[in-house]
Amino acid sequence: MIRDALFYVFAVGAVLAGWRVFRADSMVRAAYWLLAAFVGVGLILVLLGAEYLGLITILMMAGEMTIMAIFMVMFMMNPAGLNPMTMVHQHRAAVVAGVGSFLGLATVGVLADFPRRAADATHTTAELGTELLGDSMLVFETAGVALLATMIGAVAIASRRGRFGDAQDGSAPPGIEEPGEERGPGEGAGEAPEHEEMEHMHHGGGAS
Amino acid sequence: MSFDAVMIVAAALFGIGVYGALSQQTFVMIMMGLEVMIAGALLAAVAMWSMAAGGTPKGQLLGIVALTVMAVEAALGFALIVGIYRIRKADMTEKLRRLKG
Repeated sequence: MIRDALFYVFAVGAVLAGWRVFRADSMVRAAYWLLAAFVGVGLILVLLGAEYLGLITILMMAGEMTIMAIFMVMFMMNPAGLNPMTMVHQHRAAVVAGVGSFLGLATVGVLADFPRRAADATHTTAELGTELLGDSMLVFETAGVALLATMIGAVAIASRRGRFGDAQDGSAPPGIEEPGEERGPGEGAGEAPEHEEMEHMHHGGGAS
Repeated sequence: MSFDAVMIVAAALFGIGVYGALSQQTFVMIMMGLEVMIAGALLAAVAMWSMAAGGTPKGQLLGIVALTVMAVEAALGFALIVGIYRIRKADMTEKLRRLKG
Protein backbone atom coordinates (compact mmCIF):
# COMPACT_ATOMS: atom_id res chain seq x y z
CA MET A 1 0.00 0.00 0.00
CA ILE A 2 2.70 2.43 0.94
CA ARG A 3 4.58 1.41 -2.20
CA ASP A 4 1.58 2.42 -4.28
CA ALA A 5 1.31 5.76 -2.52
CA LEU A 6 5.02 6.42 -2.96
CA PHE A 7 4.81 5.45 -6.62
CA TYR A 8 2.03 7.92 -7.30
CA VAL A 9 3.86 10.69 -5.45
CA PHE A 10 7.04 10.07 -7.44
CA ALA A 11 5.19 9.65 -10.73
CA VAL A 12 3.18 12.85 -10.40
CA GLY A 13 6.30 14.66 -9.21
CA ALA A 14 8.40 13.42 -12.11
CA VAL A 15 5.83 14.34 -14.75
CA LEU A 16 5.12 17.74 -13.22
CA ALA A 17 8.81 18.52 -12.90
CA GLY A 18 9.40 17.39 -16.47
CA TRP A 19 6.65 19.72 -17.60
CA ARG A 20 8.05 22.61 -15.57
CA VAL A 21 11.41 22.20 -17.31
CA PHE A 22 9.99 23.75 -20.43
CA ARG A 23 7.88 26.32 -18.61
CA ALA A 24 10.48 27.82 -16.27
CA ASP A 25 11.57 31.39 -16.91
CA SER A 26 15.07 30.74 -15.67
CA MET A 27 17.15 28.21 -17.48
CA VAL A 28 19.06 27.34 -14.34
CA ARG A 29 15.74 26.55 -12.74
CA ALA A 30 14.90 24.44 -15.77
CA ALA A 31 18.06 22.40 -15.17
CA TYR A 32 17.07 21.76 -11.58
CA TRP A 33 13.50 20.91 -12.52
CA LEU A 34 14.98 18.34 -14.86
CA LEU A 35 17.06 17.00 -11.99
CA ALA A 36 13.86 16.74 -9.92
CA ALA A 37 12.21 14.79 -12.74
CA PHE A 38 15.17 12.43 -12.88
CA VAL A 39 15.11 11.94 -9.12
CA GLY A 40 11.45 10.96 -9.45
CA VAL A 41 12.26 8.49 -12.22
CA GLY A 42 15.17 7.07 -10.24
CA LEU A 43 13.01 6.53 -7.17
CA ILE A 44 10.38 4.77 -9.28
CA LEU A 45 13.17 2.52 -10.59
CA VAL A 46 14.11 1.73 -7.00
CA LEU A 47 10.49 0.88 -6.25
CA LEU A 48 10.45 -1.39 -9.28
CA GLY A 49 13.36 -3.36 -7.86
CA ALA A 50 16.19 -1.93 -9.95
CA GLU A 51 18.00 -0.24 -7.08
CA TYR A 52 21.31 0.01 -8.86
CA LEU A 53 19.90 1.61 -11.98
CA GLY A 54 17.73 4.00 -9.99
CA LEU A 55 20.51 5.25 -7.77
CA ILE A 56 23.03 5.51 -10.58
CA THR A 57 20.48 7.55 -12.56
CA ILE A 58 20.16 10.01 -9.69
CA LEU A 59 23.93 10.14 -9.19
CA MET A 60 24.68 10.70 -12.87
CA MET A 61 21.97 13.28 -13.35
CA ALA A 62 22.98 15.26 -10.28
CA GLY A 63 26.40 15.79 -11.82
CA GLU A 64 25.08 16.38 -15.29
CA MET A 65 22.47 18.91 -14.25
CA THR A 66 25.09 20.87 -12.33
CA ILE A 67 27.16 21.06 -15.51
CA MET A 68 24.04 22.00 -17.45
CA ALA A 69 23.27 24.83 -15.04
CA ILE A 70 26.83 26.13 -15.48
CA PHE A 71 26.40 25.96 -19.25
CA MET A 72 23.16 27.89 -18.95
CA VAL A 73 24.85 30.66 -17.00
CA MET A 74 27.77 30.76 -19.43
CA PHE A 75 25.89 30.79 -22.70
CA MET A 76 22.34 31.96 -22.30
CA MET A 77 20.81 35.33 -21.89
CA ASN A 78 18.61 35.92 -18.88
CA PRO A 79 19.97 33.07 -16.79
CA ALA A 80 18.48 34.39 -13.59
CA GLY A 81 14.98 34.42 -14.99
CA LEU A 82 14.25 37.97 -13.94
CA ASN A 83 12.09 38.55 -16.97
CA PRO A 84 9.41 36.12 -18.02
CA MET A 85 10.22 34.72 -21.41
CA THR A 86 9.27 32.03 -23.82
CA MET A 87 11.76 30.89 -26.37
CA VAL A 88 9.86 28.42 -28.48
CA HIS A 89 9.25 27.89 -32.13
CA GLN A 90 6.67 25.83 -34.00
CA HIS A 91 4.83 25.65 -30.73
CA ARG A 92 1.55 24.20 -31.94
CA ALA A 93 3.21 21.44 -33.98
CA ALA A 94 5.39 20.55 -30.99
CA VAL A 95 2.37 20.32 -28.69
CA VAL A 96 0.58 18.12 -31.19
CA ALA A 97 3.63 15.87 -31.57
CA GLY A 98 4.11 15.59 -27.82
CA VAL A 99 0.48 14.83 -27.04
CA GLY A 100 0.29 12.48 -30.00
CA SER A 101 3.33 10.50 -28.97
CA PHE A 102 2.05 10.36 -25.38
CA LEU A 103 -1.33 9.03 -26.49
CA GLY A 104 0.18 6.55 -28.92
CA LEU A 105 2.74 5.16 -26.48
CA ALA A 106 0.27 5.07 -23.59
CA THR A 107 -2.21 3.19 -25.77
CA VAL A 108 0.41 0.65 -26.72
CA GLY A 109 1.61 0.32 -23.14
CA VAL A 110 -1.87 -0.22 -21.73
CA LEU A 111 -3.57 -2.21 -24.47
CA ALA A 112 -0.78 -4.42 -25.78
CA ASP A 113 -0.77 -7.95 -24.49
CA PHE A 114 2.45 -8.10 -22.52
CA PRO A 115 3.27 -11.11 -20.40
CA ARG A 116 2.84 -10.48 -16.70
CA ARG A 117 5.62 -12.12 -14.77
CA ALA A 118 6.63 -10.22 -11.69
CA ALA A 119 10.27 -10.12 -10.68
CA ASP A 120 11.55 -11.66 -7.50
CA ALA A 121 13.13 -8.44 -6.34
CA THR A 122 15.45 -9.67 -3.66
CA HIS A 123 18.95 -10.02 -5.11
CA THR A 124 18.65 -7.94 -8.24
CA THR A 125 21.78 -5.88 -7.70
CA ALA A 126 23.93 -8.93 -7.02
CA GLU A 127 22.47 -10.64 -10.07
CA LEU A 128 23.18 -7.58 -12.19
CA GLY A 129 26.76 -7.47 -11.00
CA THR A 130 27.29 -11.15 -11.80
CA GLU A 131 25.71 -10.64 -15.19
CA LEU A 132 27.77 -7.56 -16.01
CA LEU A 133 31.06 -9.28 -15.28
CA GLY A 134 29.93 -12.66 -16.54
CA ASP A 135 27.90 -13.54 -19.59
CA SER A 136 27.12 -9.97 -20.60
CA MET A 137 30.57 -8.56 -20.19
CA LEU A 138 30.66 -7.70 -23.89
CA VAL A 139 27.74 -5.28 -23.45
CA PHE A 140 29.41 -3.75 -20.44
CA GLU A 141 32.75 -3.36 -22.18
CA THR A 142 31.11 -1.97 -25.31
CA ALA A 143 29.41 0.68 -23.21
CA GLY A 144 32.75 1.48 -21.60
CA VAL A 145 34.58 1.79 -24.90
CA ALA A 146 31.72 3.88 -26.32
CA LEU A 147 32.07 6.25 -23.37
CA LEU A 148 35.83 6.46 -23.87
CA ALA A 149 35.35 7.24 -27.56
CA THR A 150 32.80 9.86 -26.58
CA MET A 151 35.24 11.51 -24.23
CA ILE A 152 37.93 11.65 -26.91
CA GLY A 153 35.44 12.92 -29.49
CA ALA A 154 34.08 15.57 -27.16
CA VAL A 155 37.56 16.86 -26.40
CA ALA A 156 38.40 16.89 -30.11
CA ILE A 157 35.22 18.79 -31.00
CA ALA A 158 35.46 21.30 -28.20
CA SER A 159 39.19 21.93 -28.25
CA ARG A 160 40.32 25.33 -29.35
CA ARG A 161 43.00 23.95 -31.59
CA GLY A 162 41.70 22.10 -34.61
CA ARG A 163 43.49 19.67 -36.83
CA PHE A 164 44.35 22.37 -39.39
CA GLY A 165 45.53 24.98 -36.94
CA ASP A 166 43.63 27.25 -34.66
CA ALA A 167 39.97 26.31 -34.88
CA GLN A 168 38.84 29.90 -34.59
CA ASP A 169 40.87 31.17 -37.52
CA GLY A 170 38.94 32.05 -40.61
CA SER A 171 35.55 31.37 -39.17
CA ALA A 172 33.02 34.03 -39.97
CA PRO A 173 29.69 34.98 -38.44
CA PRO A 174 26.70 33.45 -40.21
CA GLY A 175 25.65 35.20 -43.36
CA ILE A 176 28.97 36.81 -44.09
CA GLU A 177 30.85 35.33 -47.00
CA GLU A 178 34.51 34.99 -46.41
CA PRO A 179 36.67 37.00 -48.82
CA GLY A 180 39.31 34.36 -49.45
CA GLU A 181 37.41 31.22 -50.34
CA GLU A 182 40.20 29.11 -51.62
CA ARG A 183 38.45 25.94 -52.60
CA GLY A 184 35.64 24.99 -54.84
CA PRO A 185 32.64 23.16 -53.44
CA GLY A 186 33.61 19.89 -55.06
CA GLU A 187 36.82 19.31 -53.21
CA GLY A 188 36.78 17.43 -50.00
CA ALA A 189 38.60 18.74 -47.00
CA GLY A 190 40.47 15.51 -46.55
CA GLU A 191 42.38 15.93 -49.80
CA ALA A 192 44.70 18.61 -48.49
CA PRO A 193 48.31 17.50 -48.70
CA GLU A 194 50.18 17.34 -45.49
CA HIS A 195 52.49 20.27 -46.06
CA GLU A 196 49.62 22.65 -46.81
CA GLU A 197 47.79 22.10 -43.63
CA MET A 198 48.63 25.40 -42.02
CA GLU A 199 47.20 27.30 -44.97
CA HIS A 200 43.79 25.71 -44.84
CA MET A 201 43.06 26.50 -41.33
CA HIS A 202 39.34 26.68 -41.28
CA HIS A 203 38.42 23.93 -43.66
CA GLY A 204 37.50 20.57 -42.40
CA GLY A 205 38.58 20.97 -38.83
CA GLY A 206 37.87 17.87 -36.86
CA ALA A 207 35.38 16.60 -39.40
CA SER A 208 37.84 15.08 -41.82
CA MET B 1 1.68 0.27 -8.60
CA SER B 2 0.37 -1.37 -11.71
CA PHE B 3 2.20 -2.01 -14.95
CA ASP B 4 -0.25 0.19 -16.84
CA ALA B 5 0.36 3.13 -14.52
CA VAL B 6 4.13 2.91 -14.98
CA MET B 7 3.73 2.72 -18.74
CA ILE B 8 1.49 5.79 -18.73
CA VAL B 9 4.07 7.71 -16.69
CA ALA B 10 6.81 6.64 -19.10
CA ALA B 11 4.71 7.68 -22.08
CA ALA B 12 3.99 11.03 -20.43
CA LEU B 13 7.69 11.68 -19.90
CA PHE B 14 8.44 10.72 -23.48
CA GLY B 15 5.70 13.02 -24.77
CA ILE B 16 7.01 15.92 -22.69
CA GLY B 17 10.46 15.24 -24.09
CA VAL B 18 9.19 15.24 -27.66
CA TYR B 19 7.45 18.54 -27.04
CA GLY B 20 10.57 20.06 -25.50
CA ALA B 21 12.99 18.85 -28.15
CA LEU B 22 10.77 20.16 -30.93
CA SER B 23 9.71 23.46 -29.43
CA GLN B 24 12.76 24.85 -27.65
CA GLN B 25 15.16 27.18 -29.37
CA THR B 26 18.29 27.03 -27.29
CA PHE B 27 20.56 24.06 -27.77
CA VAL B 28 20.78 23.17 -24.10
CA MET B 29 17.01 23.09 -23.76
CA ILE B 30 16.79 20.78 -26.78
CA MET B 31 19.24 18.49 -25.02
CA MET B 32 17.00 18.58 -21.96
CA GLY B 33 14.12 17.41 -24.14
CA LEU B 34 16.22 14.51 -25.39
CA GLU B 35 17.14 13.56 -21.85
CA VAL B 36 13.50 13.53 -20.75
CA MET B 37 12.73 11.24 -23.69
CA ILE B 38 15.51 8.84 -22.69
CA ALA B 39 14.25 8.93 -19.10
CA GLY B 40 10.83 7.80 -20.32
CA ALA B 41 12.39 5.00 -22.34
CA LEU B 42 14.49 3.93 -19.35
CA LEU B 43 11.43 3.85 -17.11
CA ALA B 44 9.48 1.78 -19.62
CA ALA B 45 12.38 -0.67 -20.04
CA VAL B 46 12.78 -1.19 -16.31
CA ALA B 47 9.02 -1.59 -15.88
CA MET B 48 9.08 -4.30 -18.55
CA TRP B 49 12.01 -5.95 -16.81
CA SER B 50 10.36 -5.83 -13.42
CA MET B 51 6.74 -6.59 -14.20
CA ALA B 52 6.57 -8.31 -17.56
CA ALA B 53 9.81 -10.18 -18.13
CA GLY B 54 10.13 -11.72 -14.71
CA GLY B 55 13.29 -9.90 -13.66
CA THR B 56 15.95 -11.80 -15.55
CA PRO B 57 19.37 -10.27 -14.90
CA LYS B 58 19.93 -9.59 -18.59
CA GLY B 59 16.95 -7.24 -18.66
CA GLN B 60 18.69 -4.59 -16.61
CA LEU B 61 21.41 -4.35 -19.24
CA LEU B 62 18.96 -2.45 -21.42
CA GLY B 63 18.81 0.11 -18.65
CA ILE B 64 22.62 0.28 -18.57
CA VAL B 65 22.60 0.88 -22.33
CA ALA B 66 19.98 3.64 -21.94
CA LEU B 67 22.13 5.33 -19.30
CA THR B 68 25.16 5.05 -21.58
CA VAL B 69 23.22 6.68 -24.40
CA MET B 70 22.24 9.46 -22.02
CA ALA B 71 25.86 10.10 -21.05
CA VAL B 72 27.07 10.01 -24.65
CA GLU B 73 24.34 12.40 -25.73
CA ALA B 74 25.15 14.83 -22.95
CA ALA B 75 28.91 14.82 -23.53
CA LEU B 76 28.74 15.21 -27.28
CA GLY B 77 25.94 17.75 -27.00
CA PHE B 78 27.97 19.96 -24.70
CA ALA B 79 31.01 19.62 -26.96
CA LEU B 80 28.97 20.64 -30.00
CA ILE B 81 27.49 23.59 -28.13
CA VAL B 82 30.95 24.80 -27.18
CA GLY B 83 32.24 24.32 -30.72
CA ILE B 84 29.35 26.06 -32.44
CA TYR B 85 29.42 28.93 -29.98
CA ARG B 86 33.13 29.41 -30.46
CA ILE B 87 32.82 29.58 -34.24
CA ARG B 88 29.43 31.18 -34.80
CA LYS B 89 28.58 32.86 -31.49
CA ALA B 90 25.26 31.06 -31.73
CA ASP B 91 23.32 29.67 -28.83
CA MET B 92 19.97 29.25 -30.54
CA THR B 93 18.83 27.25 -33.52
CA GLU B 94 17.49 30.37 -35.21
CA LYS B 95 20.97 31.82 -35.44
CA LEU B 96 22.25 28.97 -37.56
CA ARG B 97 21.45 29.19 -41.22
CA ARG B 98 24.00 26.78 -42.58
CA LEU B 99 26.08 23.99 -41.21
CA LYS B 100 29.31 24.70 -43.05
CA GLY B 101 32.00 25.67 -40.57
